[in-house]
Amino acid sequence: MLDLIAPFFERLNETTGLNFSPFYDSYDWGRLVEGMTVSVKLIAAIIALSLVIGVVGAGAQTSRLKLVRGLVAAYIEVFRNTPPIVQLLFFYFGLGAITPQVDMGGWYEPMIGSFGWAVIAIGIFGGSYNVEIFRSGVEAVPDSTKEAAESLGFSGFQIFVYVTLPLAFRICLPALTNNIISLAKTSSLAYVIAVPEITYSLSGIWSDSVNVPEMMVLLFAYYIVLVAIIARVMTMIERRLALPGYGQ
Amino acid sequence: MPRNENWTEAQPIVALHDVHKSFGTFEVLKGIDIEVMKGEVVCIIGPSGSGKSTLIRTINGLTPVSKGSVKVEGIEVHDAKLDKLALRRKVGIVFQQYNLFPHRTVLENVMMAPLLVLKENRSEVEARARTLLEKVKLRDKEDAYPAELSGGQQQRVAIARSLCMRPDVMLFDEVTAALDPETVKEVLMTIKDLATDGMTCMLVTHEMGFAREISDRVYFTDAGRIVESGPPAQIFDAPQDPRTQEFLSKVL
Repeated sequence: MLDLIAPFFERLNETTGLNFSPFYDSYDWGRLVEGMTVSVKLIAAIIALSLVIGVVGAGAQTSRLKLVRGLVAAYIEVFRNTPPIVQLLFFYFGLGAITPQVDMGGWYEPMIGSFGWAVIAIGIFGGSYNVEIFRSGVEAVPDSTKEAAESLGFSGFQIFVYVTLPLAFRICLPALTNNIISLAKTSSLAYVIAVPEITYSLSGIWSDSVNVPEMMVLLFAYYIVLVAIIARVMTMIERRLALPGYGQ
Repeated sequence: MPRNENWTEAQPIVALHDVHKSFGTFEVLKGIDIEVMKGEVVCIIGPSGSGKSTLIRTINGLTPVSKGSVKVEGIEVHDAKLDKLALRRKVGIVFQQYNLFPHRTVLENVMMAPLLVLKENRSEVEARARTLLEKVKLRDKEDAYPAELSGGQQQRVAIARSLCMRPDVMLFDEVTAALDPETVKEVLMTIKDLATDGMTCMLVTHEMGFAREISDRVYFTDAGRIVESGPPAQIFDAPQDPRTQEFLSKVL
């Protein structure tokens, strides 16, 4: 791959001074690929965690126990009302400092690394929004539909899993898409705790090769393409889940 | 499944005694007594706001009572210790707004409860669901989604869905009130078939002609009380109470 495009970008650099070093230098190419891989993994993990938190949180909000509802409300208050970068620093430097170290055979490493903390911090941040998004969906499911399930002998849990959630998910999908895209972009904040995702790797490249504008363009292009793909996938899911004749 | 060993078919299958229900300070039901024998078809008629729907919803525990007793097959419905599932196997209900699961096909709607709630074998449930859809004449619609069906078709699916739990008693809460006139008949025919097959049915209805035709007994309610009850011929042709007379003169 690199062999194919390298001559062109080398010429580009020589003739115009536009230095896209990752496209002809194999070391920088490696950093770019590594950065993209980590970025995609990070985003996938963050989205997955935030969705789990969203579903569990929205379920817990319907709990009969006041304490459970109170905990969910407190969680939302804390994580929606603080900036994600502050949360990231708090988790990594605050909690990270007191988590146990693991013996790696001679040296010690923290139990949770920077990647892990980034997933936890941004996942929890995104989850606090997802709880509210799922809740709006859950509340939009008509009581009469849930009542029909109740009258057929469904348990509260079965009603939530088989009736409320599938309908709520469809209702809140557009809002969910927005939050997922926002989370994908927020993942670049992991840069501040040195997670080797794309923003971090490209900043490494531009420090070495002094090609900041070019790498900025690359970074922009990466996120534009990535978000376009996510949006496309969400639209496909929306279309797939659309119910014939429903809500039209 | 808890059963009341003392209950026999010689006793009422549904028995309401002095049932009261208040929403806040508003008393909707002010002491209702009804007894229904197995296989009977009972219609509850009366003006809007007289508590008919509340009354029928107390029978499968959807609406808790404030005072009094509701028994199904001798078992107290509003006993806090009662396993609600056992009750809901015995009593099916069909609502005015059908309330089908919009994200499931017709066949899945009918199969869901026996599979999830009764944990029955899938192929058995499927066969039973198809038979029921045949019965409500919707066999060709089994793969359709509820929103693709007319109101009358949806209501017939709702009836099949309830029946698939093999209840002993069926409750119908104004099931034709939201339907177009031309589809009312198909739903009523379905209920009539059911009654002919010996299903115990309790209907809240505004279809007076139908009530007269299929009922064994008609109850007229007004302002939370049963004003008058009796065989349909008596209620419709020779109502005793002035309130019944007034109501019937308006609707007939």
